[in-house]
Amino acid sequence: MHLVYPAVLSALLFCVGLYGVLARRNAILVLMAVELMLAAVGLNLVAFDVWLRDVTHAGQVLTLFLIALAAAEIGIGLAIVLLVHRRRGTVAVDRLTELREKKPVT
Amino acid sequence: MSGGNGYLSPSGQEIVFVLTGLVVLGAAVLCVTTKQLVHAALWLVVALGGLAVQYLLLTAEFVAWVQVLIYLGSVVVLLLFGLMLTKAPIGPSAEADSGNRPVALVVALAAAGTLVTLVADAFRTAWIDLDTPHGESGPIGDSLFRVWVLPFEALSVLLLAALVGAIVLSRKDTPDAPDPAGTPGTTGTTGTGPAKGGGR
Repeated sequence: MHLVYPAVLSALLFCVGLYGVLARRNAILVLMAVELMLAAVGLNLVAFDVWLRDVTHAGQVLTLFLIALAAAEIGIGLAIVLLVHRRRGTVAVDRLTELREKKPVT
Repeated sequence: MSGGNGYLSPSGQEIVFVLTGLVVLGAAVLCVTTKQLVHAALWLVVALGGLAVQYLLLTAEFVAWVQVLIYLGSVVVLLLFGLMLTKAPIGPSAEADSGNRPVALVVALAAAGTLVTLVADAFRTAWIDLDTPHGESGPIGDSLFRVWVLPFEALSVLLLAALVGAIVLSRKDTPDAPDPAGTPGTTGTTGTGPAKGGGR
């Protein structure tokens, strides 16, 4: 198999996730887009590991670590989002402007 | 790298890979553009499941099954939990996308153009030899517990820290702490989700 196919697919998938992170308003949808980006990186790691025939399987082991880290990240992320929802009543990321710089009085 | 075929005579694996890739990409695009929040999680299932198929095509079977178990089995379920616990609206919601959507589209298209041009130019002639598998459970476990055992243990400590952190975050406030927005009904239900999340 040409290496270009998995590499290009993972690049495109990463950019789809990037769009999701930037464009979504609901914080949980942002977390989903982050998952897409992480999965794209995993595909890249596995493809290059198989291409290079690494004897220590570094790419695939790193992908396993990445999956475990994604699970931990989603657990903590959801806990934070639920706490924000409990405190503020919304999870829209552009409405949580408590810490924003005050607009100068003109 | 040697023995590579041309792009005009694709092998069976390449055809299956490209078809699965189209499914993955379409599901990912639908996941980030759909107006229905629960549908986004379900499209994420399709995308990640297709990625597991591609891991199998790349002969990385152990990673593929871990992907199915952890991503499809728990992460998506957690996301659905989160959607329901934050009272996500059922049905189309007009507020799924924020105002900076055109900017996000421009940034994503620019990044995609740059990355695809770069990657396609750099690895045009690279060829993956898939005749001998390179990701069976035996060799992966061998190198995981022989070479990478210290990162593995560090990861288990990190998972423990994530568990404790999720429990601390989702605990109900103590009675003397000010809690202006919390009502007893919502705090009781929200306490269960993150505790499950930390348990992974």
